[in-house]
Amino acid sequence: MQKVNLKRLSSILSVVALALALLLSKNVLAQATPADDTAAISANGGDAALGEKLFKANCAACHKLYKKATGPALYGVGDKYEKEWLYSWVKNSAALIATGDSRANAIFEEYNKSAMNAFPGLSNTDIDNLIAYTYTEKKVSVAPAPLPGAAAAGSGSGVSNNIILGILTFVFLLLVTILFLVTKTLNKFAVANGIALPVREHRKPIWKSFIENQFLLLVTAVIFLLGSAYFIYGGLMSVGLDQGYAPVQPIHYSHRIHAGSNEIDCNYCHSSARKSKHSGIPSLNVCMNCHKSIGEVAEGVQAEGLAEFGVDYNKEIQKLYKAVGWDEDNQNYTGETEPVKWVRIHNLPDFAYFNHSQHVTVAGVDCQKCHGPVEEMEIMYQYSPLTMGWCINCHRETNVKVQGNDYYNKIHEELSKKYGVEQLTAAQMGGLECGKCHY
Amino acid sequence: MASNKKYWKSVEELDENSTIVEALQQNEFVTDIPTDEFLGDKETLEASSTTRRDFLKYVGFTTAAASLAACEGPVIKSIPYVVAPDEIVPGIANYYASTIADGFDFANVLVKTREGRPIKIERNDQSKHSGSVNARVHASVLSLYDNNRLKAPQLAGKDVSWTDFDTAVAGKLNQMQGKDVVLLTQTFASPSTSKLIKEFTSKFPNVRHVVYDTVSCSEALDAFQAVYGIRAMADYDFSKAEVIVSVGADLLGDWQGGGYDAGYAKGHVPTNGKMSRHVHFEANMSLTGANADKRVPATPSQQLQVLKALAGGSVSGLPEKIAKAVASAKVQLANAGNKGVIVTGLPSVEAQRIALQVNANSVVMDAVSPIMTRQGSATAVASVMQGVIDGSVKGLITVGVDPVYSFPNSEKFAPAYQKLEMSLAFSMKKGTTAALAQMVAATPHYLESWGDVQIKKGSFSLMQPTIRPLFDTRQFQDCLLTWTGNTTKYNDYIKDTWSGVLAGTTWNKALEAGVVTSSEKVLNEEISTGKTPLENSTSNAALNNTSQDGTLELTLYTKTSLGDGQQANNPWLQEMPDPITRASWDNYVTVSKADASAMGLINENVANGGLNGSYVNIKMDDVVINNVPVLIQPGQAKGSVGLALGYGKTAAIQQEMQTGVNAYAFYDNFSSVQRVRLEKTTGMHEFACVQLHNTMMGRDIIRETTLEVFNTTKRNHEGELDWNPMPKVSRDHEEIPVTSPEADLWTSFDRSIGHHFNLSIDLNSCTGCGACVIACHAENNVPVVGKQEMRKSRDMHWLRIDRYYSSEESFEQDEDKKINMSGLGESLSQFAEMEDPSANPQVAFMPVMCQHCNHAPCETVCPVAATSHSRQGHNHMAYNRCVGTRYCANNCPYKVRRFNWFLYNENDEFDYHMNNDLGRMVLNPDVNVRSRGVMEKCSFCIQSTQAIILQAKRDGRPVAKGEFNDACACSAACESGAMRFGDVNEEGGVISELVKDDRAYHLLEAVGTKPNVVYQTKIRNIKEA
Repeated sequence: MQKVNLKRLSSILSVVALALALLLSKNVLAQATPADDTAAISANGGDAALGEKLFKANCAACHKLYKKATGPALYGVGDKYEKEWLYSWVKNSAALIATGDSRANAIFEEYNKSAMNAFPGLSNTDIDNLIAYTYTEKKVSVAPAPLPGAAAAGSGSGVSNNIILGILTFVFLLLVTILFLVTKTLNKFAVANGIALPVREHRKPIWKSFIENQFLLLVTAVIFLLGSAYFIYGGLMSVGLDQGYAPVQPIHYSHRIHAGSNEIDCNYCHSSARKSKHSGIPSLNVCMNCHKSIGEVAEGVQAEGLAEFGVDYNKEIQKLYKAVGWDEDNQNYTGETEPVKWVRIHNLPDFAYFNHSQHVTVAGVDCQKCHGPVEEMEIMYQYSPLTMGWCINCHRETNVKVQGNDYYNKIHEELSKKYGVEQLTAAQMGGLECGKCHY
Repeated sequence: MASNKKYWKSVEELDENSTIVEALQQNEFVTDIPTDEFLGDKETLEASSTTRRDFLKYVGFTTAAASLAACEGPVIKSIPYVVAPDEIVPGIANYYASTIADGFDFANVLVKTREGRPIKIERNDQSKHSGSVNARVHASVLSLYDNNRLKAPQLAGKDVSWTDFDTAVAGKLNQMQGKDVVLLTQTFASPSTSKLIKEFTSKFPNVRHVVYDTVSCSEALDAFQAVYGIRAMADYDFSKAEVIVSVGADLLGDWQGGGYDAGYAKGHVPTNGKMSRHVHFEANMSLTGANADKRVPATPSQQLQVLKALAGGSVSGLPEKIAKAVASAKVQLANAGNKGVIVTGLPSVEAQRIALQVNANSVVMDAVSPIMTRQGSATAVASVMQGVIDGSVKGLITVGVDPVYSFPNSEKFAPAYQKLEMSLAFSMKKGTTAALAQMVAATPHYLESWGDVQIKKGSFSLMQPTIRPLFDTRQFQDCLLTWTGNTTKYNDYIKDTWSGVLAGTTWNKALEAGVVTSSEKVLNEEISTGKTPLENSTSNAALNNTSQDGTLELTLYTKTSLGDGQQANNPWLQEMPDPITRASWDNYVTVSKADASAMGLINENVANGGLNGSYVNIKMDDVVINNVPVLIQPGQAKGSVGLALGYGKTAAIQQEMQTGVNAYAFYDNFSSVQRVRLEKTTGMHEFACVQLHNTMMGRDIIRETTLEVFNTTKRNHEGELDWNPMPKVSRDHEEIPVTSPEADLWTSFDRSIGHHFNLSIDLNSCTGCGACVIACHAENNVPVVGKQEMRKSRDMHWLRIDRYYSSEESFEQDEDKKINMSGLGESLSQFAEMEDPSANPQVAFMPVMCQHCNHAPCETVCPVAATSHSRQGHNHMAYNRCVGTRYCANNCPYKVRRFNWFLYNENDEFDYHMNNDLGRMVLNPDVNVRSRGVMEKCSFCIQSTQAIILQAKRDGRPVAKGEFNDACACSAACESGAMRFGDVNEEGGVISELVKDDRAYHLLEAVGTKPNVVYQTKIRNIKEA
């Protein structure tokens, strides 16, 4: 026993040591980055932190630090142009171009004569701060490549648990063996000493008596049959039900990021839901409204995607660019397109007619009512069963939204009098009639 | 107890020595089964490791795997646009104004497109003279998706690129310099095209332009040109007419381009106690004759005399009946003064001139802005035909016409055409001509083309593409532009031409409306004027020949469905029953009953429920068409026969649609009247006729009365009109109206809340044209079932137009006969008589679709409640719930339910448009495609009424007055205004007035179904002078 204990202690000690070492190293790394930043600020006489705020508010729509966007990449822009020139450019670029300044005109031509907004509100200090920010070094992407140490530490607790369990099992087995050996020895002793052991009476096994009991057998059979019928029925009823269907899509599109984090309205992309029977899958030009300037996701988002979902979001954006034929470097469309073949998730049978606009515009039903918490879905899945019973239930329970809709004035007045109710459900309005959805 | 009887198994047992008996006692078969033969060589079998058990295992596993795999739902892809066009919202239809101008049909239309696909043709209400949006125009959208269309231009039968084609044509045109080349085209009636052709012929002076109308109107054009100096046809507004006398003019059909039914119907409905009087002399029973107040059968030669008599000539020689009718008509015409009109369809310049002269002062005829949709000259075309045959014409460019198919002597023309130095055919399909041509230019459908049309002088229409060309096609005009070295696109070219007409409007506005009326004379265009047309001296030889040499006078006509035959590959049109004969998928020679019995020709209904008819060979001099089926036509003038043009096409036509015989062989001199001999041959033809019972036998189905009775009858003490009585039932020995609540088995339902839809059908203005049948077909994805199924009365049309003949002279006499019958013997014999139509019957049409009964007999018998009633008056049909017991169809008194006996889509047995990807593009995405084993029927176009309601809800407003009126495809298609749809709860709406009209009645009211379809009693103006 002593031996065993010692082994265990040493392993625990080693794990703790490893974990400590890792923790320390991480702290060291984390401290290094902010230190670098502050160094950059002092070097340029502006406040890079303030500059970052200004940049995000005013410039980020068209400029990136390290990459061309609508406008040029701004990293180290202070080295390319003298400050005075930059002041006048930022405050009113058009005026500068009008003066015939050769550099201003050159850059104007280079970027397809897209005029830059004038920012007369920015002071010279603001611009200094901005310039200071442009010297922010590109962070080497700290992709959380699993360090060997971390892996060991991460799985450390798991290993130790297993070890403990293993040891316990071993101890248990040891005890059983010992017990068996002891009994055997005692028996031997008894035989040797001539002590008579009591002989056990042979009894009828329980299964045999069960089989011979007709009543029990019948009850069991009935229960078994009913139980299997329940499961078979349930199984058959779920044929053709695709609740939870979440196919792999050609582009990993995260509703969580778009509808959740960025709070983009559903109708922005699925605009036809307001006026047509189809909600419509947005055409790629809708994506490009934003993604023209969003070529990369924020680092945190990227890291999260890699860690939690195993997805490189930036690569997915590149897929979009390829499909729509967007040349990121030259900021123009190549004209080579390839439509994205999405896998359709919500499939109503052909004989059922459903109109989105009726529900979205007229009834004002939230998209989430049928589609579930889309803003939390990393990949889209079918939330509702889409069965007829599910439709009917809602029609029975939901009151028709008649306020502010003149169409309903007359019929609501007449029907509420007829049924003697204030609020009419969709069913009372005729929403259960077969032909309303089947034609 | 064992039997001692000996049973003999074969005669062989008598012979004791027979080895066979012994062998059979031992073995099952006399000789060993030659297993070696089908098991192949032993060695391989033995070498094989697959044992029988293995084999069974594999079979078992694969079956199990297959069924498991089938459990998984299919993966459906959804592919959005890369860049979505602004105007397209998936799920919302767009409408474009355009114009059809295929040389036969000219009409302003609205094209309904869904996700960029044209799916339906509708009327364009913005146009005053819209031409006629008839059944063929409605069906033309399916011809766009014809699988047999040319996919690319061809040189020597091989697909080539347009660049190669242009080079080849340019080379050929240069090579042909100085030689006579004819550009034979359809009538375009297009100012821009005329201008363009002029530019082309001035660049290539050896090319001359000849217009060829496949179905000629040459005589009418010649006569009009001689009188008014412009090659066109007079326009008529029959709504202004008090008396219409028609001599062989099928003015509700394709007479002079058609399009007169709306005006005719307007004047033929009693308003303020007045309606027009229509006297009709004709040989074939036509739609017009069927609608006339008085129809007089007369052979074409008699018709010519009738016409002359009407203009003052003598009636001597005419049968007494005709002479009397002429005299009466003459008086009535004289009384009507300038509100009388004579129209004629006789192929004789003389006859046409007479009509123009008589009408000169009539307010009905408009000679100032005539119709421009026919331009051809039979003489000019005949000379081209002769020129090709004798070799004086060296090259032929055909555009939109198929002369090898449609020339009368094509067996001589075809080899001559092949020998031409240059043969270039512009064609949508590889038709008979294109198949023989050296060069074939693939042209787009009108829904893929640009164009402008002047249907009526001063009324300009635009044609615009509604879909990107499906194939590598280029329209004729763009080709001309290329070949004349002009780099403008044809649509820009049209814009240039139009700059003068667009006074007060813009190009986009004109394009949106589709039509512009302009006082500008003609757009840079000179229509051949001068009063000396090329007279055709021989065209009326058959007309003037009254010799009794045993020949019959043949009148060639065009059917409502197929017209001149351009759309012969269109299954909707093939399946559409002829309004008169109710036969589909065929043409046939119509013979009068007297002539038929003289020649021993019969029509019989055979045991399997189909109509059979004898065959004849038709001979005209040396032209013979063998095995033409005979259809005995009530009302056919004795001594005359009729045959429809446009059938018998085989080139680029699907096997199933190669129906009928090519009657163009008899179209000698491009004249519709010929003399032929009929000769009975063996065999019986199987017709696909959907109505075998032709008379009403005095029953109360179509109600009608005369104008006099209608005007004079007062309501009786019960507040009823004698000519429109409410059926009574007896309750407690008391007569009560069938509609009274006491007579009702059911508690009534409050129908005053919300919408309640009704459809009114005016039997007076319904001409039976069938546009509604095709519109319904297109809107509701009705399948095509084919000839064999049609013959079994398994037609799927949701809307049928029943046609009834009277068995006496008139329906009134039928009823009298029925009422005056007494005793069993008399009724047995007389009812049998009443099954046969009269020799010259009255005719009545009745469109019948689901009546949407408020007390529907079908609903109560459905075991699965698949059909049920809605609060809005629809009788719903849930296809997914239907199990196909067909109880509902059996219990329907109107027989309007249709059963899907087979799967009609994606089934090779029914190889029509629903069986190919191209054809399926025409399907309406808002309506289900039904599967096998379910019942279907008219839904009152619930998809449209629901869409209108939803639109109102989205806008947050009540449904506007009259918004529902065009909701049903049938009522929207009805040009004559016979069908009106709407919400009866809409105050002051059209329909709420119509259901209360004096003339309103329900079909089979006595059965107490309380239908939501209401019919308006037919009124005939039978008063003679």
